[in-house]
Amino acid sequence: MLSYILRRIVATLPVMAIVALFVFSLLYIAPGDPAVVIAGDQASPEDVERIRQSLGLDRPFLVQFGSWVWRILHGDLGTSIFTNLPVSAMIGQRLGPTLSLMIVTLLLTIVVAVPLGVVAAWKAGSLIDRVIMGFAVFGFSLPVFVVGYMLAYIFALELEWLPVQGYTPLTQGFWPWLENLILPAVALGCVYIALVARITRAAMLEVLQQDYIRTAKAKGLGQGGILFIHALKNAAVPIVTVIGIGIALLIGGAVVTESVFAIPGLGRLTIDAILRRDYPVIQGIVLLFSFVYVLVNLMIDVVYTLVDPRIRY
Amino acid sequence: MDRRTVLKGLAGAGGLALTGGLSAPAIGQGAAARTLRFVPQANLANFDPIWGTQYVVRNAAAMVWDTLYGIDAQLQPQRQMVESEEVTDDGTTWTFKLRPGLKFHDGEPVRSKDVVASLTRWAARDPMGLMIKALQQELTAVDDRTFKWVLKQPFPKMLYALAKNNSPCGFIMPERIAQTDPFKQITDYVGSGPMKFAKGEWVPGAKAVFEKFTDYVPRQEKASWLAGGKQILVDRVEWIVMPDPATAAAALQNGEVDWWESPIADLVPVLKKNKNISVDIGDPLGNIGSFRMNHLFAPFNDVRARRAVLMALSQEDYMRAIVGDDTALWKPLPGFFTPDTPLYSEVGGEILKGKRDFDAAKKLLAESGYSGQPVTCLVAQDQPITKAQGDVTADLLKKLGMNVDFVATDWGTVGSRRAQKTPPGQGGWNMFHTWHAGADCINPAPYTAIRANGDKAWFGWPNSPGTEKEVTSWFEAKNLDEEKAAIGRLNKAALDDVVYAPTGFFLSYTAWRKNVSGITKGPLPFFWGVSKSA
Repeated sequence: MLSYILRRIVATLPVMAIVALFVFSLLYIAPGDPAVVIAGDQASPEDVERIRQSLGLDRPFLVQFGSWVWRILHGDLGTSIFTNLPVSAMIGQRLGPTLSLMIVTLLLTIVVAVPLGVVAAWKAGSLIDRVIMGFAVFGFSLPVFVVGYMLAYIFALELEWLPVQGYTPLTQGFWPWLENLILPAVALGCVYIALVARITRAAMLEVLQQDYIRTAKAKGLGQGGILFIHALKNAAVPIVTVIGIGIALLIGGAVVTESVFAIPGLGRLTIDAILRRDYPVIQGIVLLFSFVYVLVNLMIDVVYTLVDPRIRY
Repeated sequence: MDRRTVLKGLAGAGGLALTGGLSAPAIGQGAAARTLRFVPQANLANFDPIWGTQYVVRNAAAMVWDTLYGIDAQLQPQRQMVESEEVTDDGTTWTFKLRPGLKFHDGEPVRSKDVVASLTRWAARDPMGLMIKALQQELTAVDDRTFKWVLKQPFPKMLYALAKNNSPCGFIMPERIAQTDPFKQITDYVGSGPMKFAKGEWVPGAKAVFEKFTDYVPRQEKASWLAGGKQILVDRVEWIVMPDPATAAAALQNGEVDWWESPIADLVPVLKKNKNISVDIGDPLGNIGSFRMNHLFAPFNDVRARRAVLMALSQEDYMRAIVGDDTALWKPLPGFFTPDTPLYSEVGGEILKGKRDFDAAKKLLAESGYSGQPVTCLVAQDQPITKAQGDVTADLLKKLGMNVDFVATDWGTVGSRRAQKTPPGQGGWNMFHTWHAGADCINPAPYTAIRANGDKAWFGWPNSPGTEKEVTSWFEAKNLDEEKAAIGRLNKAALDDVVYAPTGFFLSYTAWRKNVSGITKGPLPFFWGVSKSA
């Protein structure tokens, strides 16, 4: 297993290199110019050109790419064109809020979606099943920002239970930290809960038809034991897969959620960087995200072996 | 006990278990009242007001760095860091003396050598600074508090140049910082103004914090815009960046922020209904909407085509598209200068007044030789103002029978593409939309967009000798009457040649919690004199 994990980690290197080349090339040919944004609306073309030169943006593609790769190989993601701060420091500032949001959303999803899916499968065809699947369709259909606004209106403005926006680090207390994450996590989690609940239901339905479930029932095992110990464990592979895919969805969804709830996370940093053409920041974030994707895939493969002993690498 | 308390108690108990008892710092009501939470118009992405000339940088910098002179609410330059000045009879030698006791945030005194370095850096980037630099013989420190600017010929607008609020302002920095190349960003933010920049708390794109500088020596006069006694009445000002206006509106209603600089017009009715919120016009100098036509290429290289567009243009359509139906927020602008300011002029503005004459406009367009070629119209969709204007323009051009190539893109791309002087079919353009802060349009000095000196002019590169002649006349004017006369002629010349198309004058609101007092109207948010009760 260890050698498999090591092989997989080594295999990520060419993937990362291809992503790096792709991102750099894409940004190079994309329209827009950070020097123009920096110089401001009233700047003369000469000012813009001088800023472009000072940033090294007038150099040929290969020179720029070479110097960027050289820095990356030395563990340096570069410096933001706009803030003059190291990209790694900027990502570090934003990592906490995004990680917090993702963890809370993920926990919320697992806690809500898996039991819902199990119950829906258990009561397949009943009113309960229809209600749960109806909610799932609802969750799929509503855009994150609509859910976000609705939640903020109801729970922040009308009921005054929770804050509208912002982020408080965990070091300042658990409740202040959680308080700011509840509404964004629910908004972001809606689609995810719907997805995981549906997959759980489908996987459970298949497992519940198996002979060993009938045997368990015949042995007189309780319903809870059958559902959550025997059936759910055997249905876990597709559920784990979709949770893993969902993490990728979460990263995308975080962009919108962080904007709606003014959370200073990586999603907002990404949008800001793209709008301003802050190339080093965009490149740093994309590299990080691609690394996370690869890592999540690896983790899913490892988790498979834990939930299904038949899987060996 | 309300629901929130119950939730808080439950989560707090769980949290104690998970975090080993980490707790929030106790912030008393007094401390909260001494922190003003402000939502700025945009993200403070950099903090060098000479290197980056965006308004949001200027607004933050005005707290951190002081200026030698400050413009007041009557648009007059007033002494700020300067105690006195003398100018020789021939107008070529200016001698300035600094006020005693001025300090930088690191405790060092403000000396003339700091001023010389700061002005040198500023003059390399500012349009008026460049004019002074072109006339400069020497800029030297005479002693710690006295410095001298010797020119080859008089520059009557010297004090205005040092006082103006248009970006970049003549902010005074320590010499070691001001010696940075003006095209490179500073990394040290030691200032001379009434507030310190808390660099350690800066999260670009999310938050910027400013703390009261207790050693700042305010002037004795009452504060008026950038002039007078800049008394800071709170300990901290926190800028909280909110990209989503609906979130900002909700946060203001919920009391999570105290002051929102620029609420969008759509949300103002909601804010006005809230008994805890005050809403008023933020900047009386407002903004001027505009689109620029490329004077280098057909069809707009012919003044008749440009005038045809102006003849058909309805400013009301543009203004309603930008600010909605609130008629208090806009007015027609048959000219280029900010309404209700001393130099405002409507001379030559008939072409923008009265009923729109499409038949005459079409006839004039045909006379210009326009024969249906595509008109590349750049419209940034991520800026509500440009998007609204672009939609109106597309409709206008179609009504005129023009073939519109509507390029919907983002501001970053427009900013880059508008600099292209290639033909529209080869990466260039025919039109783009923007707007100008009214504070930049009160006279020709900061007004880059009105210049019409061909290749050296702003994007679109208008060439109007008549306009340029009157710009010079204004700079040489000796009194207000002469200035007014020059501006009248300038307005007419610029409209005759259609340097650009003004789409109207519009205002915007600002909104704050009623426990905040001392907010004044002006071209930027002024934090001096602002206080907050619990």
